[in-house]
Amino acid sequence: MPISKLGRPFFALAVLAALIALPPVADAMGQPALTSMAARILIYGIAAASLNIVLGYGGMVSFGHAAFFGVGGYVVGILYAHHASGDPLFGFIPGSNQLLVTLPAAILVSGLAALVIGALSLRTSGVQFIMITLAFAQMLFFLFVSLKTYGGDDGLIIRRANEAPWLNMRDKQTVYYVCLAIAVAFFALLWRFVNSRFANVLMGLRQSERRMAAIGLPAYRYKLAAFVISGMGAGLAGALMANFLRFASPDMLHWTKSGELMVMVILGGVGTLFGPLAGAAVYIILESVLASWTEYWQLGVGIILLFVVLYTHGGVQALALRLAGRRP
Amino acid sequence: MTAPILAVRGLVKRFGGLLATDSVDLEVLPGQIHALIGPNGAGKTTLIAQLSGELRPDGGSIDLDGQTIDALPASARVARGLARSFQITCLLSDYSVRDNVAIAVQVRQGHSFHFLRNVRRDEGLRSEAETRLAAAGLAERADEIVANLSHGERKQLELVVALATKPRILLLDEPMAGLGHAESQQMIATLRELKNEVAMLLVEHDMDAVFQLADRISVLVYGRIIASGSADEIREHPEVRKAYLGDGDAAC
Repeated sequence: MPISKLGRPFFALAVLAALIALPPVADAMGQPALTSMAARILIYGIAAASLNIVLGYGGMVSFGHAAFFGVGGYVVGILYAHHASGDPLFGFIPGSNQLLVTLPAAILVSGLAALVIGALSLRTSGVQFIMITLAFAQMLFFLFVSLKTYGGDDGLIIRRANEAPWLNMRDKQTVYYVCLAIAVAFFALLWRFVNSRFANVLMGLRQSERRMAAIGLPAYRYKLAAFVISGMGAGLAGALMANFLRFASPDMLHWTKSGELMVMVILGGVGTLFGPLAGAAVYIILESVLASWTEYWQLGVGIILLFVVLYTHGGVQALALRLAGRRP
Repeated sequence: MTAPILAVRGLVKRFGGLLATDSVDLEVLPGQIHALIGPNGAGKTTLIAQLSGELRPDGGSIDLDGQTIDALPASARVARGLARSFQITCLLSDYSVRDNVAIAVQVRQGHSFHFLRNVRRDEGLRSEAETRLAAAGLAERADEIVANLSHGERKQLELVVALATKPRILLLDEPMAGLGHAESQQMIATLRELKNEVAMLLVEHDMDAVFQLADRISVLVYGRIIASGSADEIREHPEVRKAYLGDGDAAC
């Protein structure tokens, strides 16, 4: 896709400036809820962009990405629970409430989960792949539902957000800025990633696995690596969400959450860098606007999704580019 | 006598009751073009698929450069120097012509677990891709998306991509199919020049091309090789004339 060389960074910087200015402006407007909404958009944006690595760039339709999102959240929750109670996990892993410990732990554990699930699921493709990722995610969902030690059905309340050095994480605005900083770092890395040699072969595999085999590429290991990276990103988002909501629950792993992430990717633009973030924004804004009118807000989202899929040829991002008079 | 670069012995492939490859023996020598001809449904593409590793044979062995490659998957065979082109072109259709060649160079250079450096700004990949495209006369089309190429250009690009893997032997599955006369002549000239660099197993229906290019010809009928020899021997072979060339009628 030919992308204007000047317009895009400028637009990204403008959005970043607006996000930095948001909390004080929202407070001044008497709308502090806007800040939480923006934090949720950033977090879901990270999760959706992670899903997009396999879905958009790799052409692997994973219908179980909420599993990694939820695992990330539960790592934060469980480590906090053990920190609060004082007895170590499995008898030897001490709990923690330090963000600099829990975030890497969440990324690591969700990456391991993705390694196991991916290693088995990637032996299939197409519809079987969709079904098997869904099945694994539901297995994890029921596992956490049945884990009474960690709240079972009711979920796990995290009394205080994780602490970070020099930051007052009890302040919601600080948590927002932490999410923003992580999102910026994440998308900067992702931007490098999508132009890398790895992403080059990943996109090649999406276009034709047969061709890639014919030039000598062993597909499985690259697909698995992409799946693990994608799971790690979703786990990071889940860990942030647990900190933001101070709550981890089986809902985070439910298949409808996988569906929501997919809807965000499709709304925003499959296989684009910032599309999933835009999709997360559209989805969450629609959710709050439509939900204030009617409890059947999903119907409205559904109609809009239908419109996006049928008429925009590439989601909100493509639509915006076209409206700006550029070929997407 | 020089050792064959590709040696196939007793290769068998069954699809249910159908014997698609019936104890095929075949040798390709370095610097040679070995043509494989035969009527439709003779099992030529099935044979190519087994050689390239897409299909697993039920029996027999395939040696590349004196070493067996039976257990290797398709991608590992490419690394050993066995490349192929597809009968129905199979390219990365969203990518530009240059990127299609560059990605083959990239894979040849080793693993692709590099996550941060920009691949499009890699001068090494770019310049090799452009040199190869220029040699094939496709330099002006380098920025074109593959989906917009003509059929003939795609056939040419298939060949450029296969060569970018630096093969020692090239399996060509009907490189002339669907080409016009001028394009065919150009392809024949290209292949003849390539003969010094890389051995070829050429599956082709265009008899003019086969008789112009091939050092040796094998005739495959119902999965069996019924004759093998030089172009003149094959032309005069009675069984071949009966089974394939239609007893003096125009070929194919």
